[in-house]
Amino acid sequence: MNTPEAACRASEGAMSIRDVGKIYDPEGVHVVALKNCSLEIAAGEFVAIVGPSGCGKSTLLNTIAGFDGLTSGEILLDGEPLATVDKDPSPGPDRVVVFQHGALFPWKTVLENVTYGPVAQGAMSEEAANKRAQEMLSRVGLNDIETSYPGQLSSGMQRRVEIIRALINNPKVLLLDEPFRAMDTVTKSASHQYLLELYDATGKTIFFITHDLEEAIFLADKVLVMTTRPGYIKKTLQVNLPRPRQYSMLASEEFLAMKAQLVEAVHEEAVKAFEAGEREMA
Amino acid sequence: MNPYIVLGLLLMAVLAVGAWQQKKKAHLYEISWGHQIRKTLTSRSFLLQLGGFVAFVVVWELTVKTFSLPWFSRLPGPWECLLEWLSPDPDYGISIYTEDYYTHIIYSTYRATTAFVLATLLGVPMGLLMGWSRKFYDYSYPLVELIRPIPPLAWVPLAILILPGDEPAVIFVTFLVAFFVTALNTLLGVESIDESYFRAARCLGADKRRLLFDVVLPGAMPFIFTGLQISMGAAWFSLVAGEMIAAQYGLGFLIWDSYSLIQYPVIVIGMATLGVIGWVSSAAVRSVGRKLMAWRERELYGS
Ligand SMILES: Nc1ncnc2c1ncn2[C@@H]1O[C@H](COP(=O)(O)OP(=O)(O)OP(=O)(O)O)[C@@H](O)[C@H]1O
Ligand SMILES: [Mg+2]
Repeated sequence: MNTPEAACRASEGAMSIRDVGKIYDPEGVHVVALKNCSLEIAAGEFVAIVGPSGCGKSTLLNTIAGFDGLTSGEILLDGEPLATVDKDPSPGPDRVVVFQHGALFPWKTVLENVTYGPVAQGAMSEEAANKRAQEMLSRVGLNDIETSYPGQLSSGMQRRVEIIRALINNPKVLLLDEPFRAMDTVTKSASHQYLLELYDATGKTIFFITHDLEEAIFLADKVLVMTTRPGYIKKTLQVNLPRPRQYSMLASEEFLAMKAQLVEAVHEEAVKAFEAGEREMA
Repeated sequence: MNPYIVLGLLLMAVLAVGAWQQKKKAHLYEISWGHQIRKTLTSRSFLLQLGGFVAFVVVWELTVKTFSLPWFSRLPGPWECLLEWLSPDPDYGISIYTEDYYTHIIYSTYRATTAFVLATLLGVPMGLLMGWSRKFYDYSYPLVELIRPIPPLAWVPLAILILPGDEPAVIFVTFLVAFFVTALNTLLGVESIDESYFRAARCLGADKRRLLFDVVLPGAMPFIFTGLQISMGAAWFSLVAGEMIAAQYGLGFLIWDSYSLIQYPVIVIGMATLGVIGWVSSAAVRSVGRKLMAWRERELYGS
């Protein structure tokens, strides 16, 4: 949110995920969630990950975020090792997560939520943080809800506040785990709109998990399809639609062709997952 | 003063409280007090509440007085108890006009409050710590689970042996019950907190201490207050039992003493008083909880 245009794009937030593997419960049930998973994300790139349920998307996000260690491979952020087998990563404000069910603290007001990061890190005084938060909230049209509690807001507003709460830390990467999954169509498309606006304004690297193929294409520069468990990247789809994205693009030839490709790729994996006795498909 | 006047005043007080409650809810609309009282009197839930109460008293009167059923014949009737309770010159020396009555109430209230406060001051941190540190949990949980099922009264002899005099013993027994209820509910509260709040806080740069004060404590608050309400009830429960065994004053003592002295209406007065005090103390805990958890209130009932 520093400059109206994405001037800071491509300066930081490049990620390399190299041969990452994650095995849950190695001595017991031995669930191989990720295996030889590799992908490159350029600084300022908007990447969407799709794949059947249970394929390891959240696992990948959790290892990047630092909630979970990995069992092989390494993750680099701007060339610096973020997580390796020996080094358990820890979460930090350079990679903030927005959760599917929302994780605004219900016991804090909107303003207290948004200022939580800078104040907890000691990066800003409370007054400075308040001022900054008010600025950012009013820029997305949320200036009159500062003293409300999250429980009083609609799910769309809650998610918007949560994204602002992440962005105020000026993170290198924004990690979103199906943030719009439980929303109705109208709220969802409004959410797409403001996420794209924020992306265009900040140029942050975005790592976005979703089940919704249209959403993935509409938002992202690059859509990655994950295989069924053990998960790795099976297909990369480059999306060359111009930005800012328009809803009219949803009906374009190009868009439909891309969607068809994705449907096929995901369907294949879903069938495999189904045959492997997995749960419901994507 | 005539007992009937007191009774009338009491009824009016109840009505006023009821109307006031309604009025608080309806503060958005301009409604007069008269209208409000009429509305309260005719509201369905008020009539049902009144109905339940009346039915209880009628069954009591019928079994004890009208038919004087074999097992019930020695019990005092409702009317008799009420008049005794409100009498300026009670037959058995206990009514709202006697000093003794309030001495008993004050003793019991003092003991229950002391035990409850101690249990809260120690139980909440204990529960938080158990939920907070895996080590502390492993260390303490089996012990707690083993000691907790021991009924409070089983502690009385030991408590009397260990502690100087009956007074601390009764308080200790009361404390013990309230403590376990509070600690375990707090633990449950910590365990109920969604993992994503911890994750979000850590993403945003919170250290361990901040997690404790910004996530664990507020997140567990709803369960803590449920626990405190139960603990308040449990405190009265074991207090009265304790007072029956080892005390010279207090409502439990009064009830038991009246039984030995065949002053049956006083038993009912003691019991009814316990009912009222128990209800008031629960309501007090509830209202403190509401104040502390404004976020929850608004969430549950909208703004
Ligand atoms: N803590 C854990 N212990 C054992 N197995 C786990 C654990 N967490 C996840 N798994 C398993 O790892 C696999 C990948 O899970 P993950 O949550 O990453 O899938 P996902 O792609 O995010 O699925 P969804 O689309 O349903 O969110 C699943 O089969 C899951 O059952
Ligand atoms: Mg997931």
